[in-house]
Amino acid sequence: MAKMTMVQALNLALQQEMEKDDSVIVLGEDVGVDGGVFRVTDGLINQFGDQRVLDTPLAESAIVGMSIGMAAYGLKPVCEIQFSGFSYQNFHQIENHAARLRWRSQGRFHVPMVLRTPYGGGVRALEHHSESREAYWAHTPGLKMVIPSGPRNARSLLVSAIQDPDPVIFYESKALYRAFREEVPDAEETLPIGKPQLLKEGADLTMISYGAMMRPTLEAAGELKDKDGIEAEVIDLLTISPLDEEILVQSVKKTGRAVVIHEAPRSFGPGAEVVSRLVEKAFYYLEAPIERVAGFDIIIPSFSREKAYLPSFERILRAARKVLAA
Amino acid sequence: MPRKKITISEKVEYLSILNEKGQLDKKLEPDIGEDVLLKLHRFMVLARKFDERLLNLQRQGRIGTFPPIKGQEAAQLGTIAHLRASDWMVPAFRETAAELWRGKSLENIIIYNNGFAEGVDIPEDRNDLPISVPVGSQIIHAVGLGWAAKYRQKDDVAMTFFGDGATSEGDFHEGLNFAAVFQAPVVFVCQNNHWAISMPLSKQTRSKTLAQKAIAYGMPGIQVDGNDILAVFSAAQEAVQRARSGDGPTLIECVTYRLMMHTTADDPKRYRTDEEVEKWSKRDPLPRFQKYLMDKGLLSEDKLNEIESQIMEEIQAAVEGAEKQMAAFGDPMDMFDHAYAEMPPYLKEQKADLARELSEGGEEGDHG
Repeated sequence: MAKMTMVQALNLALQQEMEKDDSVIVLGEDVGVDGGVFRVTDGLINQFGDQRVLDTPLAESAIVGMSIGMAAYGLKPVCEIQFSGFSYQNFHQIENHAARLRWRSQGRFHVPMVLRTPYGGGVRALEHHSESREAYWAHTPGLKMVIPSGPRNARSLLVSAIQDPDPVIFYESKALYRAFREEVPDAEETLPIGKPQLLKEGADLTMISYGAMMRPTLEAAGELKDKDGIEAEVIDLLTISPLDEEILVQSVKKTGRAVVIHEAPRSFGPGAEVVSRLVEKAFYYLEAPIERVAGFDIIIPSFSREKAYLPSFERILRAARKVLAA
Repeated sequence: MPRKKITISEKVEYLSILNEKGQLDKKLEPDIGEDVLLKLHRFMVLARKFDERLLNLQRQGRIGTFPPIKGQEAAQLGTIAHLRASDWMVPAFRETAAELWRGKSLENIIIYNNGFAEGVDIPEDRNDLPISVPVGSQIIHAVGLGWAAKYRQKDDVAMTFFGDGATSEGDFHEGLNFAAVFQAPVVFVCQNNHWAISMPLSKQTRSKTLAQKAIAYGMPGIQVDGNDILAVFSAAQEAVQRARSGDGPTLIECVTYRLMMHTTADDPKRYRTDEEVEKWSKRDPLPRFQKYLMDKGLLSEDKLNEIESQIMEEIQAAVEGAEKQMAAFGDPMDMFDHAYAEMPPYLKEQKADLARELSEGGEEGDHG
């Protein structure tokens, strides 16, 4: 057990899976000698050599396409796309092939690959380095879309993703990479993909979020308890797709009120799907309209103004109070 | 600070062994066993006759849209003939001859072309990826497969097929670059059939050849008469050997011609002349190979008639078999299979919804 940042925890997951299974191959831009621009793959090339950790030429489509070929062969490639803003250059490989090869070959092949990529705002980065476009991937049948919210679940979800027989898009929040440390056990730990986690029980309001937005969401829940005497139930989705609504529906049946929070643009965002499922399965239990707190439907502004774009503690609190007052 | 010439020493070869008049370059004639020659011929005839029958079925509304291969049989068979079962075939979508060679059944090709996933048919012991429609996107998969084989210390190779149009796609360039950088055992087979739907090769590239693009990536490239099965066979033999012995990838440009439409939904009269098609019909790969075999005493008119009538019977039986199978296909519930290894709960619900709808006698997709 050691206190680790998310970067260190992800590194531990990769290192242990590579040690255990020689079919795990890491590839991407600057992932070898440089250890990745965020150092998530630091030291792996020294331990496993350049046949396990491939510094590739600069070509996102080929990194993913090559991973698909490796996976069809039976290897477990974990590729890194340096920033999710560059992953649109490999979008067609994911949409046309990674997500479909199991279906297209009628089960003869499958694609046990992981695409790791940093996402999200809040780190004062250049254009293309701050967006949150998980909805693209979540909309594609055949893919799994996972977003951890802290070092410990990042480690266990990455282990699960590597072991998963289907392609997993794994978003890592840049804002969380070094934001805080958590105890991470030495022994391998997994978390089921497709299962949201109940972080805090409460009877008055359900707050649903994931990734970097879990922190302001939890803060807001704390404030509601301290200032308003409200017990909010807080759920971390962890997996955006396949989305399992069971725990969400159970919670809303109990509380009758819900707020969904994400930094992705509001329209057609994951929140829209969450709200639809709640309306379909818990409509008669609702005491108030469900609120969404999300990024605005614009390109995330240049970094000096990105704070105004990202859902804040205050914005979440305001939405929660609105739902509670209705 | 000079301004000087950097000499690029690589040359692109052009190879032709059996020309369109059926004349043979004896010095270049490859040593191919009789059984292999006859097998290649049989598959050329089968692919040709089957293609004609598929067109016929499509025009009668008995199958859906499909891409005819007529004219490209030599380019496909001369290359694929070098693969072992454990090697990898990574096709685009116009490789029916190569698929037949690999063991795909006529029946399943008919079933697939009539819009049923049941026709996919890739048994465990055959390392063929399924058809890939987005142009050029499959090229990189061959690099991953080849690299993986090398990583596992197997001497298997990956062979990928694509057309002249694909050489304009980014994935072609990324794929060739990766293959060369990682020295992956891959054979890139470009079937330059001169047309990407309505776009002639002259508008696709200013390069003199497509083979020369290999030079930029540091791998050998060769242009062959793609309608000359002996030339294709020789070039592919070298390339497969090179890949198998660890010496990296090769680009082969097979200069051929799409004698028919892009797909059955296309009308080539809108963009090319009958004269051009006529000119290329004279370079048909089949008659010249037949003349070669007859000159060698391996084939006679009688023997050819016998082969053709056997093949026609085989095709007729496949059409009847496929139609019988398709008539017996049940409800569409298996469309939910193969999305994930394990079906998520919401998919189970959607599947149950459709099952209910179907059992209530509603039409598929009818939510009324």
